[in-house]
Amino acid sequence: MTGPEKTAPSWAGPRLRVEGLVKRYRGSDRNAVDGVSLEVGAGEIFGLLGPNGAGKTSTILVSTTRARPTAGKVTLDGIDVAVHGSRARRHLGVVTQVNTLDRSLSVWENLYFHCRFFGFSRREAKARCRDLLDRFELADRSGDRVDHLSGGLAQRAQLARALAHHPSVLFLDEPTAWLDPQSRLALWDRVRALRDQEGVSVVLTTHSMDEADRLCDRVAIMDQGRILVCGTPEELKRAVAAAVTVELRLKAPPSPEVLHRLEALRGVERVTSEADKVEVLTASRDGAVPDLVSAVGEGLLDLSVSEPTLESVFISLTGRNLRD
Amino acid sequence: MTEALTATGAAPSKGASRGPGETWPGRARAGQWRLSLAGFAALIARDLRVLVKMPSSFLLRTVLNPLMFVFVFTYLYPRIGAGHFGQVAGQSLATVALPGLVASAIIFQGLNAVALPLSMEFSATREIEDRVMAPVSHRLVALAKVCFSALQSLIAAVIVFPLVYLVPATPVQVHVSSWPALVLATVLGSLLAGFLGLLLGTVIEVRKIATVFTVTVVPLTFLGCVYYPWASLHTVRWLQVLVLANPLVYLSEALRAALTSALPHMSTLASLSTLAAMTVVLAWAAARTFTHRVLT
Ligand SMILES: Nc1ncnc2c1ncn2[C@@H]1O[C@H](COP(=O)(O)OP(=O)(O)O)[C@@H](O)[C@H]1O
Ligand SMILES: [Mg+2]
Repeated sequence: MTGPEKTAPSWAGPRLRVEGLVKRYRGSDRNAVDGVSLEVGAGEIFGLLGPNGAGKTSTILVSTTRARPTAGKVTLDGIDVAVHGSRARRHLGVVTQVNTLDRSLSVWENLYFHCRFFGFSRREAKARCRDLLDRFELADRSGDRVDHLSGGLAQRAQLARALAHHPSVLFLDEPTAWLDPQSRLALWDRVRALRDQEGVSVVLTTHSMDEADRLCDRVAIMDQGRILVCGTPEELKRAVAAAVTVELRLKAPPSPEVLHRLEALRGVERVTSEADKVEVLTASRDGAVPDLVSAVGEGLLDLSVSEPTLESVFISLTGRNLRD
Repeated sequence: MTEALTATGAAPSKGASRGPGETWPGRARAGQWRLSLAGFAALIARDLRVLVKMPSSFLLRTVLNPLMFVFVFTYLYPRIGAGHFGQVAGQSLATVALPGLVASAIIFQGLNAVALPLSMEFSATREIEDRVMAPVSHRLVALAKVCFSALQSLIAAVIVFPLVYLVPATPVQVHVSSWPALVLATVLGSLLAGFLGLLLGTVIEVRKIATVFTVTVVPLTFLGCVYYPWASLHTVRWLQVLVLANPLVYLSEALRAALTSALPHMSTLASLSTLAAMTVVLAWAAARTFTHRVLT
């Protein structure tokens, strides 16, 4: 391993432990984070899934020593982040929602000085930079000014920088929000590789249920500062009487009366129609299909029910859509 | 909700058994000291790298103002028959203004070296982020900025001095009456400038910074006893009292006492102790605003 020698015994507990965390910003009359508790183990990808304003970023800010907790406690490898901020920062790496690369420096210099901030000698820092540039396919960009990088490249550079000092927990705040689909898949692969090859724990926030479902080992669904439910994606989908989407195909585009009847049905959250197709989101599968069939009446050609998704879990818990 | 779906409780551990950071927590406190020192040095090295990339911007902002001043008022004026302009107690304006110009070069370096970049780094790009995530206390990050700014102030003083000494057409009467006072004044002034820059850089939004610079720099310079000694203001008593709030006055006067003691000047004890007191107050205020800005 490159970097300053490390001594001392290993920490056997969870990498990240959040206990009863409350965060209320100065001048605000409500809690941005309202009693969150969670634990993240070694080599685990943990997702915080929730709509905008759920308190995901605030949870990360407190965990990464950038915001003071109003109440509760966050420990990283057993270190209280509010008390021993500088020590805790050695254990964490963070990629924030916005690009925070140092615009006055090149890609290489960003990585180099980051290593130096963490006590690497010049030699160690240079060796680590070579490693990272190779691994993140940035070698041919190493001398570039960072304001000339595309979104995907800038994010890779940020990720390389966040990992430079061998953190045990990596925080990624909305890592794929601005990425094109291809870069997004590439990022998922990198995150999985970090977990599998280096045992890094990853805490990421997302408002994409697809990302939470496919990338995360465990997911906490957050809304209005609270964790509604937490578990593996499969557990969540199984345990919650999840909402389902029913797609109806009709002989002709539905009349307003039909749409109205569908909307009025018990448990129906949302009705959308396009030409002869109608999509109905309903809170529970039980009894939904017969109700729908009788509401549509004569004109029904075909009907299909989709599997529950994390979004349907969210809807059945809150009665709202993730994107609302 | 089932038991399995609570957020706490052992998570199945996947992947390699080696945790990358697992050897960190036990590092001794001595390790933290060494790390803080290394981090501090690296923060300075980063600022130095940025400065060395664009030495012209440092030189221009340091040299231009005093050079134009001495050129017009102490080189050109004597040649166009206005050589008596600005004389005080039989001394030429070149002699009167030399300590003042060095003092203002020192003070305004703080604004240019800290306030402006810091205000930008705190704004939309949030470039400060990686430095406040360094494993050193936030106060040390702030202190590194101040120390580097102070270093630039010292360099500015060293560059401006020969300039304002050599350019004037009339002789400049300079004699170092006290080296310790000269060094102390220069160092204190440089630190004060850094803390002033830190304070402004942390409280002022980037879109307002240009305006704030204009409304601070211009009056502070013109009412900073740069071009006239403080004692000569006795004829305008209210102004003589008013300018005592301006830190530049004390640095100008302290340098005047150390370099051009033939001119009237404040007592060195008074100017240096006020300079020190102002530095402490600014340091205290700036440490608060910086922490406030970093930690929400
Ligand atoms: N600096 C701040 N000051 C005041 N309120 C804030 C601040 N940052 C976030 N908030 C509020 O806290 C709540 C949670 O925000 P955030 O943690 O950013 O949510 P998310 O990342 O899930 O979108 C929101 O209502 C937001 O308006
Ligand atoms: Mg957010």
